Amino acid sequence: MNRAKLEESLLPPIVALLIALLVGDVLILSFGQSPAAVYRLLIEGTWGNAYGFGQVLYKATMLTFTGLSVALALRAGLFNIGAESQLAAGGFAAALLGLALPTGLPSLLVLPAYVLAAGLAGGIVGGIPGILKSRFGAHEVITTIMLNFIVLALLNYLISTRFKVHDTLHTAEIQSGRLPRLSEIFPAFHGSAANMVLLLALVVVAAAWWFLFRTRAGFELRAVGLQPAAAEYAGVSVGGVWWRAMALAGAVAGLGGLNYVLGYKHYYEEGFSAGAGFLGIAVALVGRSHPLGIVVAAVLFATLSQGGLAVNALVPKQMVDVLQAVVIISMATAVPEVRRAMLAVRRGIAERAKPAPASAGPASGLSA
Amino acid sequence: MIRLTDIHKSFGPVRANRGASLNVATGEIHALVGENGAGKSTLMRILSGMFQPDAGRIEVSGREVTGWHTADAIRAGVGMVHQHFMLVPTLTVAENITLGAEITRRGQLDLGKAQREVLALVERTGLVVPPQHRIAELTVGQAQRVEILKTLYRGARVLILDEPTAVLSPQEVNELWRVLRRLRDEGEGGTIVLITHKLDEVMAISDTITVMRQGETVGRLKTSETSPSAIARLMVGREVVLAGRMSGNRKSEIGNGPMDRPDPHSVLEVKDLTVASSRVGNAVDRVSFSVAPGEILGIAGVEGNGQTELVEAIAGLRQPTTGSIHMAGTEITRASVRDRGDRGLSHIPEDRHERGLVLEYTIADNLILGQQHRFTKRWILDTARIGAHARHLIETYDIRPGDPSLPARALSGGNQQKIVIAREMGGARDFNVLLAAQPTRGVDVGAIEFIHAQLRAARAAGKGILLVSADLTEVLALSDRVAVMYGGRIVAVVPGASATAEQLGSHMTGAAA
Repeated sequence: MNRAKLEESLLPPIVALLIALLVGDVLILSFGQSPAAVYRLLIEGTWGNAYGFGQVLYKATMLTFTGLSVALALRAGLFNIGAESQLAAGGFAAALLGLALPTGLPSLLVLPAYVLAAGLAGGIVGGIPGILKSRFGAHEVITTIMLNFIVLALLNYLISTRFKVHDTLHTAEIQSGRLPRLSEIFPAFHGSAANMVLLLALVVVAAAWWFLFRTRAGFELRAVGLQPAAAEYAGVSVGGVWWRAMALAGAVAGLGGLNYVLGYKHYYEEGFSAGAGFLGIAVALVGRSHPLGIVVAAVLFATLSQGGLAVNALVPKQMVDVLQAVVIISMATAVPEVRRAMLAVRRGIAERAKPAPASAGPASGLSA
Repeated sequence: MIRLTDIHKSFGPVRANRGASLNVATGEIHALVGENGAGKSTLMRILSGMFQPDAGRIEVSGREVTGWHTADAIRAGVGMVHQHFMLVPTLTVAENITLGAEITRRGQLDLGKAQREVLALVERTGLVVPPQHRIAELTVGQAQRVEILKTLYRGARVLILDEPTAVLSPQEVNELWRVLRRLRDEGEGGTIVLITHKLDEVMAISDTITVMRQGETVGRLKTSETSPSAIARLMVGREVVLAGRMSGNRKSEIGNGPMDRPDPHSVLEVKDLTVASSRVGNAVDRVSFSVAPGEILGIAGVEGNGQTELVEAIAGLRQPTTGSIHMAGTEITRASVRDRGDRGLSHIPEDRHERGLVLEYTIADNLILGQQHRFTKRWILDTARIGAHARHLIETYDIRPGDPSLPARALSGGNQQKIVIAREMGGARDFNVLLAAQPTRGVDVGAIEFIHAQLRAARAAGKGILLVSADLTEVLALSDRVAVMYGGRIVAVVPGASATAEQLGSHMTGAAA
């Protein structure tokens, strides 16, 4: 990567962060507190002790999966707003599999089955909007948002009518394939949710990088995202890439469910995703849709959200939500992916505004 | 009435206008003609206040208004009707026309009055549209009338129309002409500037003509004293004379209508091909021709007569409705783009920024675009081979700068086109048919010469080339045979050796059909 490109990808997140810090100062001062004290508390509560750091790692693992999910779709020119329900579906599938497995199987043996189940469930939830887009032109932003409602409602229904343990909102615990928490290796992490799925996340990050930049499918996916007309010219089926990218994005988000089910609580619980799917959008934007950038952004957002709890004594923890929102808004005004997507949406609207008789096929409307 | 003098306007390195001038008298229909990219729209956007000129002078009704803005232009009665409609489809005609100048009564919209005012305007101008209908319910022709009404409602007395017939059926075009004449002749006289590159329209409707080429004004004519071929000459003429025409006529059949069986000697054979237009009717209408090995078949024609759709159908980017395409006797009508490429079809697309290149990709990656499946080991890109391939082509085709890791966006137009040429002609594909669409558009003279030499070398090597160009000089310099497309049909085929610009020009405008 040359210098100009590096600057172009690093500058916007740094500026966004600085703007957020500035807004944060103003907010903290308005609560009559000293910014330095609040930020010190925020750091101490996250990176300053092993428990806090473990919580950051747990949250960052979740956000890495969902951020990567959004980023993979974004690289194909699509907005995946459905990571929330894809994540939930992955967790649910993993829990179901866990309940069906006999007890006492070695974790490493059943791990591939869990990965498959969670990936498949997430992939189906992500793939449906993909197919609706490539077959019928339904806009993925609308369909993924709506599918969030449908899938989450369906899962809640299944939990509350069939799978829940009495008086709870979660399933029974799985007996096979539990992964150890970090505290079992490093006792200092005691009580924190960080677990070995963290390693799986890093493997998926590396695989995503390799897929995007070293495989033919990744080459074609990025071409579709950058210039669909050129991809079509290069013999790539644009619709095919769309649905495959969405299915892949869904699968990656689905894997996030393992972080909770295999590594943390060992059951599926209603609402375990806790907005990680939506925060994944922010992670993808700040991480510039690059796998490495996503890891950094995931750690950043995990720190902020864990830090919110730490500073609650001085300022309301919602202050951190505001900071996250400021980072997202600053990035959204700067990130080219967003600008390009906005442009495509606007072009789509202009296209529809033409009262012309239906334009024919994907090849049309490209000539000047 | 309107006087634009020595207008200059650049967009980055692109000089859209370089010393363009225009004089339009009150009460006339003035045609502004030129090829795509000649700077017509830019000049008119400067007149309507959307762009500020870098240099030059604008006068309207004797008043200097250089550098004015859209709002000033509207106040002075200058209105532009854009090629792409700017209407809200879910609102009614009356609502759209009054949008931005809404009629209100005590803070509330007075839609009844708006409708009455619009009806009065419809009455006066003869632009008949039902004011209470929604835009979405209208035909394209009606929607365009709404655009014109909208401009007139704002008090425009100078009406600028940008390619108004591009989306209209012939009947709607006649209707538009009737309306424009009425606007010109009524009252104190309206002034109309019509941007177009269709010469039959120019002859049918205009009183005077200004011809633009490469950002400059190259002629000002009275319609009654000129001919389509004279205008065509001004439009396409260029200072650089491209010499070295070769003859070498081979007998191949060409024309419209069905033929029985594929010609086993041709490398490309198109039979009875019809391609639907994305607008109205057919863009390509029962076209048949074949290209022999070692032959350049040139397709001449004013742009927008079906050339784009023809090339895209052959390349596999557009499905034809009827007809067939064969390569060396094998049918490829329904084959995929990649399949066609693997059979030896190379394609230099007319729009390199949209289709021919992924501008964010590196030179090396662009040099394998469309051939990416040849540079993999299993599913993995073979970066070593991609790098070697890039270095080889950069050297052979003298692509500058020669750093394979630079994004294509960083290169000049000529060097970008060299990437496309290198990939399609010197890449991993052993091509035997080349579709060359506007291969030298927007490239500098040196690159033009280089590209022409490449095309001649390919012909000498026995490749079949379909050359589509809006540049008559180019078509004449390179083609063994020239087919002229007009209205989606091939209207004439002449041997390249004996073809003249005048002869082709009259075919191109449909005058000799």
